[in-house]
Amino acid sequence: MVLVSGLRHSYGSGSMRRQVLQDISLRVDPGEVVLLTGPSGCGKTTLLTLIGALRQVQEGSVRLFGQELRDASRSTRLTLRRRIGMIIQGHNLLRCLTAEQNVQMGADLLQGLSYRARRDRSREWLRAVGLSDHLGKLPHDLSGGQKQRVAIARALAARPQLLLADEPTASLDSRTGREVVELLKGLAKDQGCGVLMVTHDPRILDVADRLVQMEDGQLSQGAYAIE
Amino acid sequence: MLGRLWTGRRIPLAWLLLTRQPVRLLVALAGIAFAGILMFMQLGFRDGLFDASVTIHRLFDADLVLISPRSSSSVSMAGFPRRRLVQAMADPAVEGITPVHWNLLLWRNPENRSTRSILTLGFEPSDPLFIDPSLQPKAKLLQDRGRVLFDERSRPEFGPVAEWFRSGRIVESEIGGQRVRVAGLVGLGTSFGADGNLLTSHETYLKLLPNTPPGSIEVGLIRLRPGSDAVAAVERLQRQLPDDVTVLTKDGFIAFEQNYWRTSTSIGFIFTLGAAMGFVVGCVIVYQILYSDVSDHLPEYATLMAMGYRLPTLLGVVAREGLLLATFGYLPAYAAGQGLYLLVRNATQLPVTMNTTRALTVFTMILVMCMASAVLAMRKLGDADPAEIF
Repeated sequence: MVLVSGLRHSYGSGSMRRQVLQDISLRVDPGEVVLLTGPSGCGKTTLLTLIGALRQVQEGSVRLFGQELRDASRSTRLTLRRRIGMIIQGHNLLRCLTAEQNVQMGADLLQGLSYRARRDRSREWLRAVGLSDHLGKLPHDLSGGQKQRVAIARALAARPQLLLADEPTASLDSRTGREVVELLKGLAKDQGCGVLMVTHDPRILDVADRLVQMEDGQLSQGAYAIE
Repeated sequence: MLGRLWTGRRIPLAWLLLTRQPVRLLVALAGIAFAGILMFMQLGFRDGLFDASVTIHRLFDADLVLISPRSSSSVSMAGFPRRRLVQAMADPAVEGITPVHWNLLLWRNPENRSTRSILTLGFEPSDPLFIDPSLQPKAKLLQDRGRVLFDERSRPEFGPVAEWFRSGRIVESEIGGQRVRVAGLVGLGTSFGADGNLLTSHETYLKLLPNTPPGSIEVGLIRLRPGSDAVAAVERLQRQLPDDVTVLTKDGFIAFEQNYWRTSTSIGFIFTLGAAMGFVVGCVIVYQILYSDVSDHLPEYATLMAMGYRLPTLLGVVAREGLLLATFGYLPAYAAGQGLYLLVRNATQLPVTMNTTRALTVFTMILVMCMASAVLAMRKLGDADPAEIF
């Protein structure tokens, strides 16, 4: 599903050039939950955005659903993104939309579903993240954790085949954090969806099928780098 | 079909983006409406001017008009030999003619004795002059010497002539030192060239202007037999008559007058420039609004792109914002335009009215400026990778 090999990435140019990823190789299979941990600033988020087709690949190869991302056109990357659910830090909910409408922006990406079906789907996911009482609230009126859960519901409502999550439990208490992670894992198992999660949260490490450590732009020993 | 639309509907993102910030929306609409009003006024004045310059011209009962080639506009009509008009009678298509004297004379306000120039037309009372048949019975009143018909729609500076006349008073005044008596009222209307109008007989006119060369007139009206080709008649007459007259169709006569105001005065240019400035000011306002709106929502748009929404979809959202702004900004501009036109009509008696062409022109211009601003504001998003924005 995701096949990364020999990936390098750097920011800036000239003397300001800073290498953030060095020779990364990684694979995520359908139905698999992979956790990526490591100190902050080690390049986890960069890796996630590269896999999520949000950034141009500079060097090395990222294959997504069998398609090479390097030198992929803008529209190819866009089409691929529709099959990926992204839960990013800072959630970026649309401020002018209610929780329900925000989630429906995700569901609206699905082709051939009626308005009612898409709306029901959004409500279902909001219920799944425990927000059925807050459907009509604007992000402004929600707490940080609630916003995070709306963002998760939004990502899931688009029925992704691959889920990329950047610290999804960071602003959740341990119980909801646990619930959310279980939810993601259930999704992976039921729908054969691959999950790649960046986390610092030691409480949820046990849900992982595989744990990958990252340090200084490299996946450390013991990671499942492909040969 | 409707059902399909209903089940296919999406969240009205453009609408929500605008309405969830009502203050900003109101400011935006005020700005757009202001630009619209500016354009309405400038274009209204310009068109009103061109219309007003031919108020009298339109009234004439004529298919062709003879004027002197030395005439440049209604405020400076030169004379030509009346014989030319009689010669035109020889043409088989010509049915009737009316020689008309045309000049600006000084009218003394009967109330405060001040003078002001008034457009005076002299004609034979038995000849048809205007299309409107109601003049015919009044024209008989001019057969007595020293009688005039006063245009009741003249500007009030000429004195309360119409009021006095209606109340039964005998209204007398002075033109060029000659005493005249108002024999009746007509409703013609003012124009940019003439603040008021006066009709009188050929005979009285010559008495008022004794220096008029004998046999000289300023305008010759020609009526053609029904079914005649006016353009062909113009060509024929122009060929037959000496070049001390110009033959025009009635439309040509109107165009001749409008063309003077459009090209030989700065007025047309000034109002067109004013409208253009309204457009530019509107563009700046709308661009500012949409640009700050897009900048404000940039991370959110980037999120939508990260989710897989295409740039054209987002452009569509912003374009719909532009469309909504244009529509809701136009409506108050239209209403205010109507109100201001009424005000202008009452204050100046100029025929400044809303017409469909101008209403559509202004709407198109507002739409263009909203759309162009929307697209320009979105450039920022099209250039960037979503990851660089959030």
